[in-house]
Amino acid sequence: MPVLRWLRRHLIVIAGLLTLAYMILPNIVVMVFSFNKPNGRFNYSWQRFSLDAWKDPCGVADMCGSLSLSLQIAVWATVGATVLGTMIAFALVRYRFRARGAINSLIFLPMAMPEVVMAASLLTLFLNMGAQLGFWTILIAHIMFCLSFVVTAVKARVMSMDPRLEEAARDLYAGPVQTFVRVTLPIAAPGIAAGALLAFALSFDDFIITNFNAGSTVTFPMFVWGSAQRGTPVQINVIGTAMFIIAVLVVLVGQLIANRRKNARP
Amino acid sequence: MSLTKEAPPAPATEPEVRKPSTRRRLVPYWLLLPGILWLVVFFALPLVYQASTSVQTGSLEKGFEVTWHFQTYWDALTDYYPQFIRSLLYAGTATILCLLLGYPLAYLIAFKAGRWRNLVLVLVIAPFFTSFLIRTLAWKTILADGGAVVDALNTLHVLDVTSWLGWTENNRVLATPMAVVCGLTYNFLPFMILPLYTSLERIDGRLHEAAGDLYATPATTFRKVTFPLSMPGVVSGTLLTFIPASGDYVNAELLGSTDTKMVGSVIQSQFLRVLDYPTAAALSFILMAVVLVMVTVYIRRSGTEDLV
Repeated sequence: MPVLRWLRRHLIVIAGLLTLAYMILPNIVVMVFSFNKPNGRFNYSWQRFSLDAWKDPCGVADMCGSLSLSLQIAVWATVGATVLGTMIAFALVRYRFRARGAINSLIFLPMAMPEVVMAASLLTLFLNMGAQLGFWTILIAHIMFCLSFVVTAVKARVMSMDPRLEEAARDLYAGPVQTFVRVTLPIAAPGIAAGALLAFALSFDDFIITNFNAGSTVTFPMFVWGSAQRGTPVQINVIGTAMFIIAVLVVLVGQLIANRRKNARP
Repeated sequence: MSLTKEAPPAPATEPEVRKPSTRRRLVPYWLLLPGILWLVVFFALPLVYQASTSVQTGSLEKGFEVTWHFQTYWDALTDYYPQFIRSLLYAGTATILCLLLGYPLAYLIAFKAGRWRNLVLVLVIAPFFTSFLIRTLAWKTILADGGAVVDALNTLHVLDVTSWLGWTENNRVLATPMAVVCGLTYNFLPFMILPLYTSLERIDGRLHEAAGDLYATPATTFRKVTFPLSMPGVVSGTLLTFIPASGDYVNAELLGSTDTKMVGSVIQSQFLRVLDYPTAAALSFILMAVVLVMVTVYIRRSGTEDLV
């Protein structure tokens, strides 16, 4: 049977593409249902085509407020985690010192801890300190769990960097600051960018840790969670679709820039 | 790099050599200080607080006191062992499914995608950016009663078999263990695929050719060469999938029913609704202990340096 032989030869490709379809299917459903006009509160079954939600994406009470809050938290968490994480990554790769093993473990543990454990323990700290739950406690928590991911991303890049480039800069009488700004930073930039992007995505999307430490503050994931019980407005699908499209565009533009750089430097 | 333009003519004199050298020795510590302090104060210290909370007794009105009441651990285990076992079972099943589904895709990206590689990678990462809660809710639509998936599974009599196995109930998928495992598998797939891809990509393609030259069949090549070399990815992917999945409660709450509750759910409701802090702290400590044992085994096996 030629069909069976063809299937056998391309088994891996077929299986891989099926997995890819499995991963993208919900995104397609989200996109399609952003054009739905639901009957009642829940947007789970297809009724008829409508552009209403796209025309009025902020038409739902509190949704865009929670969205902008999530964006603000994500931006500040990204800034905080990227600065602190990059510093740690450089220290770990470039210097030999005692306690390196212990610090590596401390970096690794937050990634290897169920989120609910971190969330609950941080809440006990905040309760013991009598801290007011809200924007600041969310931000503190987000910087904490994004930090390790930034360190890992930047470390990977810095490790593959040639230290002789910096020596060469110093030989050419560049000061330490000048060497860092003009040589080290540009080379490490892709790793730092990857870490920052990861931090942004993780912070923006986090639900479990935020749910514990937000008090009565409502971020976008918490709004979505609440709406799953009360009834999901179509606008949530609009925001989801827009996020997907923006993400694909950002990654593709990044690829284009990277390719052009590669071509420009023979 | 146009460094030469800005370079100063030459340092006038060599300043004392000693001072900068001690200062340079302190550089790594200054670099580490803020970030490590952050992790100590907001990650490590809270775990200590939680440990002390778990051995406290009292109530919200009268306040809590450390009484070294270890009984809480035993009570928590006897009350909630079904949720514990269920969490480990669901997370384990989802991890195995992630490995089975993710391996071909990682392999495809690493060896077969050619110039499509970047596009496929983008398609793996991009769904991440739509809030995972929105995507999980989309599974409610996909698995809905009378939906295409459930109808097809019913027609093929798959649901009769899965119902007999206890994975589904009454020929529906939503609100059953199968839906929860499906959601967990879906949500944690990228955590499996990316480490797998990273370790597969490092394999020298010439090793495959060499194996072929030595008359190994493709299956033997995979079993003896490719798979062993991808073990670091398999190990880290397994942990990165299993650990977060074991503490997750979002999938169980959105896609499951009261019969599919996982331990994360219990911790959440004890903490935020029942306000029984000692029990909640004890539960999350037991969960952490189980996970830490696995992480220790992992670190022994491959070291922390080459994770992800």
